[in-house]
Amino acid sequence: MNDQMAVYAEIARDNSWLSILPEIALGVLALLLLVMEMILPRERRALIPRIALWGQAGVLILGVAYTSIFSGMGEESSFNGLLLHSLRGDAMRFFFLICSMLVCHFGNQYAERRSLPKVELFHLVLIVTAGLMLLVQSNNFILLFVALETVTVGFYILVSYSRGSLYSLEAGLKYLILGAFSSAILLFGIVLLYGVAGNPQLPGSSGEPMNFVLLRSFIEANPDNLLVLAGAVLVLCGVAFKIGAVPFQIWIPDVYQGSPMPTTSFLAVASKAGGFAVLINLVLGPFAPLGDVLVPMLGAIAVLTILFGNLAALSQRNVKRLMGLSGIAHAGYLLIGVVASFEVPWAANAVIFYLFTYLLASFAVFGVMNNMGPMEDAELTLDDFKDLARQNPFNATVLVIGLGSLAGIPPLAGFIGKLLIFIAAFKAGLYGLLGVAVIGVVMSIYYYFGWIMEAYNGPRLVTETGVKKEEEQPDGLLLGAAATSTHRIVLGCLTAGTVLLGFYQGALSYLL
Amino acid sequence: MEILQYLADALEGLLNLVIFRGMALNAALLMVSINTPLIIAFVLLAMGGLSRNYYRSLALAGFVVPVLISVWLWYVYTSTRYIGFAFVSDTATGLENFGISLKLGLNGISLPLYLLAGIVGMAAGFYGIYSEMERQRHYLILLLFIQGGLMGIFASIDIFFFYFFHEIALIPTFIAIAVWGGKGKRPAAMEMAVYLTLGALISLIGLLALYSGSGLKSFDILSMRAYFAEQPFSAIAQDNIFALLLFGFGILVSLWPFHSWAPRAYGAAPASVAMMHAGVLKKFGLYGLIQIAAPLLPIGANQWTGLLIWLALGNIILIGLATVGQRDLKQMIGYSSVMHMGYAFLGIACLSVIGVGGAVLMMFAHGLSVALLFLLSDCIYKRSGTCEMHELGGLCRKTPLLACLFVMAVLANAGLPGFANFWGEIGIFIGIWNFKTWLVVPAVAGILISALYGLRAARRIFFGDYSEAVQKKAGFEGMEDIRLSERLPALILVVVLLLVGFWPRVISDSLNDALQSLYPASAPTAEIADTTPENLRQLTLDLTK
Repeated sequence: MNDQMAVYAEIARDNSWLSILPEIALGVLALLLLVMEMILPRERRALIPRIALWGQAGVLILGVAYTSIFSGMGEESSFNGLLLHSLRGDAMRFFFLICSMLVCHFGNQYAERRSLPKVELFHLVLIVTAGLMLLVQSNNFILLFVALETVTVGFYILVSYSRGSLYSLEAGLKYLILGAFSSAILLFGIVLLYGVAGNPQLPGSSGEPMNFVLLRSFIEANPDNLLVLAGAVLVLCGVAFKIGAVPFQIWIPDVYQGSPMPTTSFLAVASKAGGFAVLINLVLGPFAPLGDVLVPMLGAIAVLTILFGNLAALSQRNVKRLMGLSGIAHAGYLLIGVVASFEVPWAANAVIFYLFTYLLASFAVFGVMNNMGPMEDAELTLDDFKDLARQNPFNATVLVIGLGSLAGIPPLAGFIGKLLIFIAAFKAGLYGLLGVAVIGVVMSIYYYFGWIMEAYNGPRLVTETGVKKEEEQPDGLLLGAAATSTHRIVLGCLTAGTVLLGFYQGALSYLL
Repeated sequence: MEILQYLADALEGLLNLVIFRGMALNAALLMVSINTPLIIAFVLLAMGGLSRNYYRSLALAGFVVPVLISVWLWYVYTSTRYIGFAFVSDTATGLENFGISLKLGLNGISLPLYLLAGIVGMAAGFYGIYSEMERQRHYLILLLFIQGGLMGIFASIDIFFFYFFHEIALIPTFIAIAVWGGKGKRPAAMEMAVYLTLGALISLIGLLALYSGSGLKSFDILSMRAYFAEQPFSAIAQDNIFALLLFGFGILVSLWPFHSWAPRAYGAAPASVAMMHAGVLKKFGLYGLIQIAAPLLPIGANQWTGLLIWLALGNIILIGLATVGQRDLKQMIGYSSVMHMGYAFLGIACLSVIGVGGAVLMMFAHGLSVALLFLLSDCIYKRSGTCEMHELGGLCRKTPLLACLFVMAVLANAGLPGFANFWGEIGIFIGIWNFKTWLVVPAVAGILISALYGLRAARRIFFGDYSEAVQKKAGFEGMEDIRLSERLPALILVVVLLLVGFWPRVISDSLNDALQSLYPASAPTAEIADTTPENLRQLTLDLTK
């Protein structure tokens, strides 16, 4: 008995609970919100959204403090190799915290307008965020899978959160079935790797093959083993579902369209970024020795993803589907960076920089979308944006800058993100992928610019007699009717961030 | 002038103390000329509640400051007889690890174009400020962004920022056309946006190839020149990269057969935007070929000139004939500007000092004359309500000054001696005479074509009887001659055209110095690859002195 205790003590020796304090704090905050809903009197419940937001701000500050303390230490693993703390991981933790704050803000607005319950929304977003933050630091397939499932299960609920909407329920069902399917694929891949790497008859096998470090040394010893390859490919397929790469992109338009707007933005940014962070960890970690197979495979996926996303988006009028399809194209550009990181390791940081620019621009666009249009936001089309510039110039400006950055137009941040990926691709010699990316960007100009033109050209809702027919849309919220000053500040910050990162990249210099 | 110098010294001391620590005054001014329009644009964007007069004068400042600085820097550069890049400064922006930082400076090639950007931008901005339109504040914001980008393009030594500023200027152009344009604005803006983004991205890939191919962790022209002088690319790499740059830039400059966006976009564009784009922004691609592509990739350039002259002839002859057939005035000017780009390409194809020098002079002069033509055509449109030339006629009796300016503009466009365009064309003709003599014949035929369509347009619009169509649409009674707010920018452009026409050395001396270190004096020979690095070595020696 004592022997066993000693073993456990030895295993627990490097459990540095302090290093995951931000995640713990998020979990506590999420539970606190549920408790508060039970004990607070009804008239005080308005406090809850504030506490949720300020609590997250507190965690963010905590995170900054911790990073500055731990930053000098470089990469360090803890919890017996379950977690790996690195600069990239810390950057992604901030990324997810910012995402969750924005999603909570949008969700507050969204739920208020449609009188949906708020607390559960905040709770789920916080839990999912904590899961994502653990996901990017996981250095072991067990933790990776558990964190990923936490995230995915949270999303199942978030997608169908708007219970009164048929779109939302449909999307929830689709996401549930396809998500479970992809989890199964991922798990199958993990099990294959576990089995083959634990085979004592093969060189480099270990008793703990779930650990990325040990797995990598095993794969280095057996790069041509068929089971290793099959396992790696299956794992990557599971991740490809998360990032929406072809051929696992099929769920994206429907789910994006049906989900409530805050969930759509959360899916589009945080879930995708989580997938990419995992992909980078895998590609730079255990799967690095498989470059010969994975580079052509991921390259082909990138080509198809870029072409599919852009071609499908060209004729799309529904804006949420459009964001989903163009997001597929963005996943393709990001995959180029991942492929390049086999050759040039800093390409991984370029991918993360791109994700940050994508965050700013996407949330700016989603913020504008959240602020307008009919009650049933799944039916928001480009026509609803007609004449936005005259009726709400602020939202129009934010939209232009957000879309411009997504299209990769200088001087906005999106251009710098694309440029760094292009440079990385050049250094890695991926000329064909570069050519496809150029074609993709040119195609994307068509729909992004078309959207901008809709916003700047009207006239909206003017019939032949010249009478506005606004009353014919009974639940049509007018353009930007719900824009509060907080909302303006949030959107203004996103826009300013996009412009600032375009001119001055020093803000994220530690990534570069 | 001594007093000015004294004042400048005093100001320099002050600025050194306060803002630009360690940066020389003129370098700081160069930076200010780019920053001012951009900052004012952001101010106008952020402050929605400004009164009309207030934002108009603020915008005016955003155009006047750059033109004053550009004239001052031109004066300093030519009077001190700088060789190589002057007013150099280097500002970090966070991408130092990639060798990218905001490096500014001017040399003999970029100086005339920088001056052109200041002057044409000022004229276009002034015209835009004093035009009546809906949502003028947003329009002026876009014009200011374009102006900031234009000043930045030609002041950048760093290739990344050279491209970056081009895009800053290009994107507002699309939006301005899509929103404030005339007939057919949406398809025209969309076509232009897609076409030019393609061109820009192809040239970006070419520039990235230069950057990453060099293995040099630096994006600036000077260190690239020095590096490639020591270790030039292999012939195949030079061929490929030059092709990327030639066609990427070619699309941006409307090289035949990639020109179809240009006439339609110019036909639909609001006047100020057409002036800035056709006058200055389009020169980006030619400037890139002259300053970056041809000197860094001499073998590749030599390889592609054979094709380039045929494409340029396509511009001159085919587009020239298409211009003659145009009935819409703005479309005609658009085609004419595409046509004259052919001359600039011919000059570059010579790869000799005289040919390339002629091309730069041509770019300068054409920028002024095409801007003048767009301005005047908009004045005509405002008065008559139509741009269809067969509907116009007899305007001269009511608007004699406008007619006079228009005739001067078309003559300048055709290269009449006395206007700056003449010197550009003569330089190009001498260049191609030494290069391939037979080319002179079609080139001269092009001049005849441009005189033909220009004068015919002047006759149709201004002379003959009063046209019934105009009488019906706008009437001749109330028609007034060109107003002060239109006259001032037009006169500025005409005066500069004449000034350089009579005394081209104000530009050509420093241009000559700069080109002599980059290009051989006469037609290229097989040894070009050997001679050019020698010249470059000389250049770097000069610079380090």
